[in-house]
Amino acid sequence: MKKLLVGTALCLAAMSSTAMAQDVSACLITKTDTNPFFVKMKEGAEAKAAELGVTLKSFAGKIDGDHETQVAAIETCIADGASGILITASDTSAIVQSVQKARDAGLVVIALDTPLTPIDAADATFATDNFIAGELIGKWAAGKLGADGVANAKIAMLDLAVSQPSVDVLRDQGFLQGFGIDLGDPNKWGDETDPRIVGHDVTAGNEEGGRKAMENLLAKDPMINVVYTINEPSAAGAYEALKSFGRENDVLIVSVDGGCPGVANVKDGVIGATSQQYPLQMAALGVEAIKAWADSGAKPEPTPGKDFFDTGVKLVTDEPVDGVESIDSTEGAALCWG
Amino acid sequence: MSNQSGAESGLAPGGESIASFAYQHTLISRVQHALHSNPALVPLIVLIASIIVFGALLGTKFFSSFALTLILQQVAIVGIVGAAQSLVILTAGIDLSVGAIMVLSSVIMGQFTFRLGLPPAVAVACGLAVGTFIGFINGWLIARIKLPPFIVTLGMWQIALATNFLYSGNETIRAQEIEASAPLLQFFGQSFSIGGAVFTYGVIFFILLVLLLAYVLRHTAWGRHVYAVGDDPDAAELSGVNSRKVLISVYALSGLICAFAGWVLIGRIGSVSPTSGQSANIESITAVVIGGISLFGGRGSILGMFFGALIVGVFSLGLRLLGADAQWTYLLIGALIIGAVAVDQWIRKVSA
Repeated sequence: MKKLLVGTALCLAAMSSTAMAQDVSACLITKTDTNPFFVKMKEGAEAKAAELGVTLKSFAGKIDGDHETQVAAIETCIADGASGILITASDTSAIVQSVQKARDAGLVVIALDTPLTPIDAADATFATDNFIAGELIGKWAAGKLGADGVANAKIAMLDLAVSQPSVDVLRDQGFLQGFGIDLGDPNKWGDETDPRIVGHDVTAGNEEGGRKAMENLLAKDPMINVVYTINEPSAAGAYEALKSFGRENDVLIVSVDGGCPGVANVKDGVIGATSQQYPLQMAALGVEAIKAWADSGAKPEPTPGKDFFDTGVKLVTDEPVDGVESIDSTEGAALCWG
Repeated sequence: MSNQSGAESGLAPGGESIASFAYQHTLISRVQHALHSNPALVPLIVLIASIIVFGALLGTKFFSSFALTLILQQVAIVGIVGAAQSLVILTAGIDLSVGAIMVLSSVIMGQFTFRLGLPPAVAVACGLAVGTFIGFINGWLIARIKLPPFIVTLGMWQIALATNFLYSGNETIRAQEIEASAPLLQFFGQSFSIGGAVFTYGVIFFILLVLLLAYVLRHTAWGRHVYAVGDDPDAAELSGVNSRKVLISVYALSGLICAFAGWVLIGRIGSVSPTSGQSANIESITAVVIGGISLFGGRGSILGMFFGALIVGVFSLGLRLLGADAQWTYLLIGALIIGAVAVDQWIRKVSA
């Protein structure tokens, strides 16, 4: 009898929880399942979904740039009757057609981290302001060097890829703007004429590429003293190259991301300063927005003055400079991802 | 192969001048013959020419012992993987899993040390063993089950890469941690300099490996069997070569060399990063092809691959120093690949 009661109770509990969950369901589609940035994003979405009683289904491309899998994921979500989709698109232009299909079917589509092309192809975009992320480290580097140092700086720019994806351009150009260098065309990197820039090279965003690119630029000019890097793994690679040249102590490395290994590298003095972004926050806000859309039909509003919702960025450094707001590496470690 | 060369040497004393009547002795045909008997000659000439051209354009910035040894450091990993790839391609196979085996081995060396707390030497041995084992499975599937090498290694590439990501959770082990508690993992990153030339232990390992393999392939029975199996497996089998055994040993050795490449990789980038080496398979095939090793098997030399890897290195550093867009490097390397295969076809006509 007791068993039967417990069993019935369990069944009821199970039924009621599925019934509740059926109210709102959401999809999360990321570029890959392997990049810690997206892993953290998924964690944030799952935690928030559990809190709000939203059913979350996650999909990911096999590799960065795997467009077909993302299209299939959107189709699955439409067929599944989801209320909304959170997506970090691999191919920001090509995905637009599928996104439109989903919106026509009454789903709210929110782009996370990577804006679609055009940006208004999604109902909303929750992302880091990558230009500001770059500008922060640029200003910090300039403040650290002082006026003389800025005038005589020799800068290495370690970018992501020759195809110049938007995040690559925004961070690079933001850094140069913050440092006080004329950008030329702000929509691409590499057209600046300032002699303080020794060169741009690409890293693929990993340690190996960072080391090689740094070596190439050091061979061009061994007196480089400021290094901008697209992300922290490439910064770690650049540091190894500098070490092999015996230059690791007199070069300033700045980066963007705020992953846990990167913040630890700030603490150890490998990276001078890094701009930290918040993937967990993006995903959590995204799930909330889908819930709100399902409940009341309200769409999320962009940050005033921008065409997307800015999820914020903070400068992490243990050597703060005047006029640039920052947090130290201990605080950064508490907020870090990956 | 060995029969034929034996016969030639037997004829040599009086035969050479007589034979010359049969050929049209134009300059071109002589060159063609020289290239045919020395497959590493074309890449060597291209390498020297490219060093001279970039040296002339860039002066001492490029033509310094420092810059030239930097190129060696930059190509060491692709070169080591390329050595493994050369062995496989000489048997008329292909190994798409080389990069994945390399990364997985390096992750095992790192994670066994830091997660399981094994002594670094044991962890390194485990990494080398896993690399060899994966290579052995490749070889076993190809030689015993008779599956095509392309398919087997295409599958193994995915399997090894996925295992790498699943096992590591895509966690990077930072250089500073390795330096503090397991410097053995960074062994190949140490360096010494002679004058301005800087040699890392990884570079030394690369050069010694190539020399050793060149010797083994040319002067041991196993080495000749590798060529024989690649040239004509049936003929090799008929003349008493156990081609299955040779194939399995080649793939297992390839796995071992890739695992060593993983160890060298830790030395080069300082950290253990599961996202490295994603394009090592394509880059190693590029070095092999530019190095004049025939994709149809049985012909080419590992020294050619060595020069091929260096050509790629010279072009990438040279073009970067000239300030060219990185895209030009890819364009020129693409042209080199096609050029190399075209030259290969032309040289083959000699034997036809």
